[in-house]
Amino acid sequence: MKILVPVKRVLDYNVKVRVKTDQSGVDLANVKMAMNPFDEIAVEEAVRLKEKGVVTEIVAVSIGVAQCEAILRTALAMGADRGILVQTEDDLEPLAVAKVLKAVAGDETPDLVLMGKQAIDGDNNATGQMLSALLDWPQATFASKVEIEGGEARVTREVDGGLQTLGVTLPAVITTDLRLNEPRYASLPNIMKAKKKPLDTKALADYGVDTAARLSVVKVTEPPKRSAGIKVASADELVANLKSAGVL
Amino acid sequence: MAVLVIADHDGAHLRDTTLKTIAAAQTLSSDIDVLVYGETSAVAAQAAAAEGVRTVLTAESAELKADIAEAISALIVSVAGGYDVIAVPATASGKNFAPRVAAALDVSIISDVVEVVDGSTFVHPIYAGNALETVKTSDAKTVLTVRPTAFKPVAATGGSAAVEAVAVPAVALKTRFVSDEKVVSDRPELGSAKVIVSGGRALGSADEFKGVLEPLADKLGAAVGASRAAVDAGYAPNDYQVGQTGKVVAPNLYIAIGISGAIQHLAGMKDSKVIVAINKDPEAPIFQIADYGLVEDYKTAIPALTKALG
Ligand SMILES: Cc1cc2nc3c(=O)[nH]c(=O)nc-3n(C[C@H](O)[C@H](O)[C@H](O)COP(=O)(O)OP(=O)(O)OC[C@H]3O[C@@H](n4cnc5c(N)ncnc54)[C@H](O)[C@@H]3O)c2cc1C
Ligand SMILES: Nc1ncnc2c1ncn2[C@@H]1O[C@H](COP(=O)(O)O)[C@@H](O)[C@H]1O
Repeated sequence: MKILVPVKRVLDYNVKVRVKTDQSGVDLANVKMAMNPFDEIAVEEAVRLKEKGVVTEIVAVSIGVAQCEAILRTALAMGADRGILVQTEDDLEPLAVAKVLKAVAGDETPDLVLMGKQAIDGDNNATGQMLSALLDWPQATFASKVEIEGGEARVTREVDGGLQTLGVTLPAVITTDLRLNEPRYASLPNIMKAKKKPLDTKALADYGVDTAARLSVVKVTEPPKRSAGIKVASADELVANLKSAGVL
Repeated sequence: MAVLVIADHDGAHLRDTTLKTIAAAQTLSSDIDVLVYGETSAVAAQAAAAEGVRTVLTAESAELKADIAEAISALIVSVAGGYDVIAVPATASGKNFAPRVAAALDVSIISDVVEVVDGSTFVHPIYAGNALETVKTSDAKTVLTVRPTAFKPVAATGGSAAVEAVAVPAVALKTRFVSDEKVVSDRPELGSAKVIVSGGRALGSADEFKGVLEPLADKLGAAVGASRAAVDAGYAPNDYQVGQTGKVVAPNLYIAIGISGAIQHLAGMKDSKVIVAINKDPEAPIFQIADYGLVEDYKTAIPALTKALG
């Protein structure tokens, strides 16, 4: 069985976000970039399925600038077998990413696409669901547990009010939630090995899909700031303050 | 312009997330229909009574009741022809099916809308709420998820919309429902609670989390929330998580107990009216946004607070 894992290069989650003064976007010049945390979880899950003998090949794919290669190398160091970089300078919307991933899935014919539920830059939480719709494959989003058995993935999902378990017939799209696993750190020998693993670079145009932007960004602004209030010395003083603030 | 709002409900009650999404829709149009799917008998009447609703559409099937995205999106697509905007409450359920609907209609999705500028221009947070992006769509139809905390609910009563059943399209599902494991609680839901008591990693165990926070929450009639660290460690169920990737809340009063205030947590609660932080570390980042800070060990502070509330 073969798994396709889309991985996105995003601003590292520890980096402080700065909005550009001209309101054109977020400042990404000279800041640390990393693999989207949910995609690390997806790679980890794929590698665990391979270690269990359920999966034979893991293909990581990233759509974006040339520097996405570093993200793919991280996936390879974690245990993916091959990488595909679909190179473009454009910042694609989820619908366009889903269309490119559909084309990649057409070439690769994976049994499963395992991806993050959300990229922590745009916070869209959309691409997996869109890909599933375009491929007409079943979807199981927000996974906290995945078991593969007899052509079906049994997925426990984090939903409003608790958990839901679904069985999806393969091929399917699964998106990861935080508690699916804790991703490993790549070891130095594996980082070295990853440098020799195959990585194909394609141009966006190779796929011939319509990735034209549907949304134009009017502006990006900073949200209103909240400032620190006062320190109280005791629970009694806290209650007195909350009463006078009218929230008790 | 006509807007279709997808109702969020539990089979018995229409959630106020729906009323807030209707409010967002009202800034666009007065032709607002509400689609209620699943177990509709009790909820359809509640939706019909909501202020400003033109028609309530209902659809029932086992798959819709199980909240299967493929079934819901096929249903929405089957009625989408009559609408310019489809507005979905940004809950876990809504986020599960809304992007499918958009892809099926070949339009983009705008997630977590917090402000409607005009019929094609919307504001939504990106980067865990550290930036607000205003986008303008060129698509003929717009699919949105609406962040309920950003809108005031319309009145739940006074309306008298007609209720119409719609045909449920046949879908060859490749998804089967296996089971549900819902957390039952008598407390208010996190999304609609006026007061939230939220605990972090400091609580140290599930027993301590319950034993310390519940008496306080009982006194305040509060919902209970948690940080990711507390949920990951198993102190609290997953749907308690507040933050960038959990629930977004904006109660009148949010009390953060033993929570450091990571940016991903703040993303889910910084629009609360009054924020209280109780943390033994005076340098904890949560104090930078708290209206009232108490630097104390929760082990003494929470019993004292519970007592002071009388
Ligand atoms: C992709 C991604 C998404 C994330 N999404 C979320 C999210 O949605 N929600 C979320 O919450 N987090 C999220 N996180 C995690 C987030 O970065 C933090 O790790 C998490 O919020 C920390 O939880 P905490 O404050 O409970 O724990 P800690 O940061 O460990 O803080 C514990 C606090 O308790 C205090 N303390 C300890 N003992 C006591 C005591 N006896 N009395 C009083 N105070 C005490 C300490 O001083 C400390 O400030 C996400 C992270 C990533 C990478
Ligand atoms: N440019 C991209 N390249 C590869 N994968 C992507 C890209 N954009 C989004 N994805 C995948 O889609 C998931 C959800 O992203 P989003 O819908 O943007 O929140 C991510 O976690 C990735 O797995």
